[in-house]
Amino acid sequence: MTDSPIKYAFVLPGVLTMIVIVIFPVGYAIRLSLSSWEISAFGSGMDFAGLTQYVAVLQDTRFWHSLFITFVIVFFAVSLEYIIGLGLALILTVELRGRRFFRVIFLVPMMVTAVIMALVWRTVLHESIGPINDILIRLSLPGIPWLSHNTVALISIILVDFWQWTPFMFIILLAGLLSLPQDPYEAAVIDGASSWQIFRYITFELLYPVSVAVLLIRTIEAFKIMGTIFVLTSGGPGTSTESSSYYIWIRGLKEFQLGYSAALAFTYLIILTIGLIIFSKLLRKRISPRKL
Amino acid sequence: MKKRQGGFATRSRLRVSTSTLLQAALCLLVTVVAVGPAFGQTNYVEKYPIFGTHEGPYSFAEIDKKDYSGVTLNAITLAPPVMGGPTILHAKQFEELTGAKINVVAVPLSQLYAKVMTPFLTNIGAYDAIIFPPNWSGDIMGGGYLEPLPEKMLKSAQWDEVIQVYRYLQTWGDKIYGVPIDGDKHFLAYRRDAIDDPKYQAKFKEKYGYDLRAPQTWDEYRDVAEFFNDWDWDGDGVKEYGASEMTQRDAQLFWQFIVRAAPYAQHPDVKGGFFFDVETMTPLINTPGFVQALEDMIAIQEFYPPGGKNFSLSDVIFSFGGGQTALHANWDDGFIQAMEKDSPIRNKVNATMAPGAKKAWNRKTKKWDDFPDINRAPFLAWGGWITGVPKSSENKEAAFDFLGFLSNNANQQKDLTVGRYGVNPYRTNDFNPSFWTEKAGFDPEVAKGYTDALRNTLNHPNRVFDLRIPGNQLYVNALATAVSESLAGNLEPQEALDKAAKEWDKITHRVGFDQQKSAYQEIVNLEGK
Repeated sequence: MTDSPIKYAFVLPGVLTMIVIVIFPVGYAIRLSLSSWEISAFGSGMDFAGLTQYVAVLQDTRFWHSLFITFVIVFFAVSLEYIIGLGLALILTVELRGRRFFRVIFLVPMMVTAVIMALVWRTVLHESIGPINDILIRLSLPGIPWLSHNTVALISIILVDFWQWTPFMFIILLAGLLSLPQDPYEAAVIDGASSWQIFRYITFELLYPVSVAVLLIRTIEAFKIMGTIFVLTSGGPGTSTESSSYYIWIRGLKEFQLGYSAALAFTYLIILTIGLIIFSKLLRKRISPRKL
Repeated sequence: MKKRQGGFATRSRLRVSTSTLLQAALCLLVTVVAVGPAFGQTNYVEKYPIFGTHEGPYSFAEIDKKDYSGVTLNAITLAPPVMGGPTILHAKQFEELTGAKINVVAVPLSQLYAKVMTPFLTNIGAYDAIIFPPNWSGDIMGGGYLEPLPEKMLKSAQWDEVIQVYRYLQTWGDKIYGVPIDGDKHFLAYRRDAIDDPKYQAKFKEKYGYDLRAPQTWDEYRDVAEFFNDWDWDGDGVKEYGASEMTQRDAQLFWQFIVRAAPYAQHPDVKGGFFFDVETMTPLINTPGFVQALEDMIAIQEFYPPGGKNFSLSDVIFSFGGGQTALHANWDDGFIQAMEKDSPIRNKVNATMAPGAKKAWNRKTKKWDDFPDINRAPFLAWGGWITGVPKSSENKEAAFDFLGFLSNNANQQKDLTVGRYGVNPYRTNDFNPSFWTEKAGFDPEVAKGYTDALRNTLNHPNRVFDLRIPGNQLYVNALATAVSESLAGNLEPQEALDKAAKEWDKITHRVGFDQQKSAYQEIVNLEGK
């Protein structure tokens, strides 16, 4: 049986699918990044330009700035989402009136399409006609330049991302909390541990593997942020809210600099892969085999 | 059993009846032939929101005769309200009249180029009709993706009535590819109830030392914006502001900047290019005229309404059109929005040419020249949306019929009066004040002000045409990003524009120096016509 050729027939569909939807596009994109192909450029095509596009990427200050902006967004958004998501999950593990209702309500933002959600927020944060500034002004407070000030616009994007993705953290962490064993808690109560000690040394420690998983998934997802920025600020004012994904989109699908955008995308992929490996190792370092 | 007498009588009666019937049938036939069409004809004016039906091959009556049952057309346009609004409305009407099915794909401006170009580049016949800005003509018409207009269109009255300057924009090389549906240019719209108010005129003179009037220079524009900023000058209980401008980076910032730069950088005695020196293709966007415009734009930001630093076209239409600001140097849409029937500021606005400048940079002598009588350089920004039929379409006749119908005189005249649609004057009758007074309810003074502003802008000898060369998107993005960086305080004006000029130079060489020079020469030639 082990030498039977039939086993190849079974894996063939999977292999073909991988080739068609993963290996071919990636291979094509690598080839593209080695060309100078640009749609507007007269006579350009899939030539071989060596590493010139990658050299240009290294010299592109706008790309490195966008990378910095992306890191800022990801760090603050994911941290906030984790802290608040964990807090909400903890609240809804205790017996609370209307607990089931709140569990459903908290999931609504995650179910809305990113662009629709961003459009709603664009209206809410609109400085002339939006309800938030209207309320502030009625309270004799100054309106806030939500989308037109460099720093405030960046904070607005972080807050909108936080609003949409906290439910994701919440639902995974809630599932993790509900699956924790009860014995350590009973032992801790008998030993006279305080609430903080129970949370810090039992809940947090036992939940750590779930936290690692959810933080990694969310971080990977957050690095792809584009739709929210596109709708809310278009990367402005200036380039103060321009993420790497949005910048790559501009070069690739707005300006059709195909070779250059492919090189940008690969550079970004390499940086992210290295970054996420380090991040993952740091997070998993504390997980002992016993806990796993 | 019949009796004889009775039988005779019956036949006699029958004979009489037959004769009467024949006469009646004859009368009926004559009636049907002579009057029938009138009874059978649809009253389009009643059924659709149009002022009149007009005649021609794309009129409601002619399109109604077509049967496109089973034909599906795919059209791509800008997301509503601008352009998407009329496209969707008239597509529905076309479906009702012909039985065709039209799928309208409406996308934001920032995605439109990608959505239009991708099918062309991948040889996928995705669309039967496309609606696009003239600035992309180099890529779309020049790329050979469009079908030239049919004779039927070129011989129609609706084509004859398109004014010459807009006909140029439908052409690439020696062929005509575009069906115009819009005519664009920037001019200044202002609140006449504020500027003509003697009380404010006296206060303004006291503060600035000269008479308050519709701003004729960008310096005056700044003073007027400051004077009317952040207080309730129209007594509606809500604060008003100085000016609304398009400042969102990836929206229409480029055009807002160029209308400001034009009078400083387009010297009437120095020919040979505004964006580039056509001889060398050296970018001119970092010369002192452009730098001055950017400095002015940075200064005016404090007179914007809340959120004005992130306004797109839609925002400014509703800002000025909703009575939020005193000044609006832009396309017609905000002005028309203000003049709509339910507008709180209807007939409280007026129009004039875009502001000029009392100095202009002379790039030959490398000095500022003074213009005490004001240097004007109106900007034919955008130039007007164009429609076309891709060569790849399998339903070219139906597609051209749809585009002809979309822009027939009846639809176009109605669309002109809806500000948010973004359809602006481009046919001879559109420049007649009586059209606006009779059909749109304009006060005669406003109608005259508006049509004079349009005519003076389009006919001005120092007018500036938009950047209609291949790779337009690359140039627009580079300059808009630099301007946005400077407006946000991240770069000094000269530094930002130097950066953009360097980028433009690279783009020109990447896209193809000779090709770009030749395409830009076409624009320079237009400016002389």
